[in-house]
Amino acid sequence: MDNQGAAHHGPSALRAGFKASIPVLLGYVTIGIAFGLLLVKSGQPWWIATVMSLLVYAGAAQFMAVGLLAAGTGIAQIAVLTLVINARHMVYGLSLLDRFGACRRFKSYLVFALTDETYGILTTVQPPPGVDRESFYTAVSGLDQSYWVIGSTIGALVGGALPFDSRGIDFALTALFIVLLVEQIRSVKKAAPYLVATVATGAALLLVGPVNFLVVAILASIIGILPFRKALS
Amino acid sequence: MNTYVLGAMLAMTAVTVLCRATPFLFFMKRRPPAVVDYLQRYIPPMIMTVLVLGSFKNVSFAAAPHGVPELAAGLVVAGLHLWKRNTLLSIFAGTALYMLLIRVM
Repeated sequence: MDNQGAAHHGPSALRAGFKASIPVLLGYVTIGIAFGLLLVKSGQPWWIATVMSLLVYAGAAQFMAVGLLAAGTGIAQIAVLTLVINARHMVYGLSLLDRFGACRRFKSYLVFALTDETYGILTTVQPPPGVDRESFYTAVSGLDQSYWVIGSTIGALVGGALPFDSRGIDFALTALFIVLLVEQIRSVKKAAPYLVATVATGAALLLVGPVNFLVVAILASIIGILPFRKALS
Repeated sequence: MNTYVLGAMLAMTAVTVLCRATPFLFFMKRRPPAVVDYLQRYIPPMIMTVLVLGSFKNVSFAAAPHGVPELAAGLVVAGLHLWKRNTLLSIFAGTALYMLLIRVM
């Protein structure tokens, strides 16, 4: 296809992608089960959970939608609230312009499937040597979404009857973020971004509260890091 | 009923895709300016910081167990990862400790 003719596309990319995505497997399946269960309890048929996780694929927005749909909220208002929750994703791609720019066949899917967790893995974890980048990115993204779809469907179909006490297993996603932060600290050894983001998060939590703080915190971080341009380069 | 739900899901899909695609659409033809080149380097560490701190947003430090399970498990994850640098070990050990602590504390 290109000058990476020797790179592996198939099983080794899938294996590397699976290994990188195991933490997401734990988190997405369990949180997906909670989502599916909640949606069915709110009165929707089970397959809505599957379809929503296939199409929308945005965890926080999907949880929000459960209550809004049950209340018959207008579609325009649901769209605006989705925009508020997912506006943070508008800046995620900035760090992936080059990496996704080199992708061809699956670029559209990679952009569609860019959740917080997938973003964290793709910006932090390097594909093993010899593994084609686009195949690795696609494997991670596709596996992550499959975990979410499978979890949602299980939750919608049998969620109430599951015998396993999985309370707390979603800490795996917090742990994943901590691991990715440690990896970032290893590669970006400057104090400013971490301090700016900490102040921004604290201010956002105080000002707008825990429901909508993410977009404010990320915007404030980006504005807050601008004055450090000379010092950091 | 189902037309309403499907319509709402399609609207949510369109908005989410638009959010995720914005930077790619915006810089499809033109080269990103130098300030974007600067920002894209520091956005990942800042976003990971926000996401980690945000994970603790619903922890009530005032009431028992005062966020001890979250903080202890979080420190174990960070410490183990600094020491062994084995992603799965760090995540499994931290999650197992957290699941244990919230049951015994």
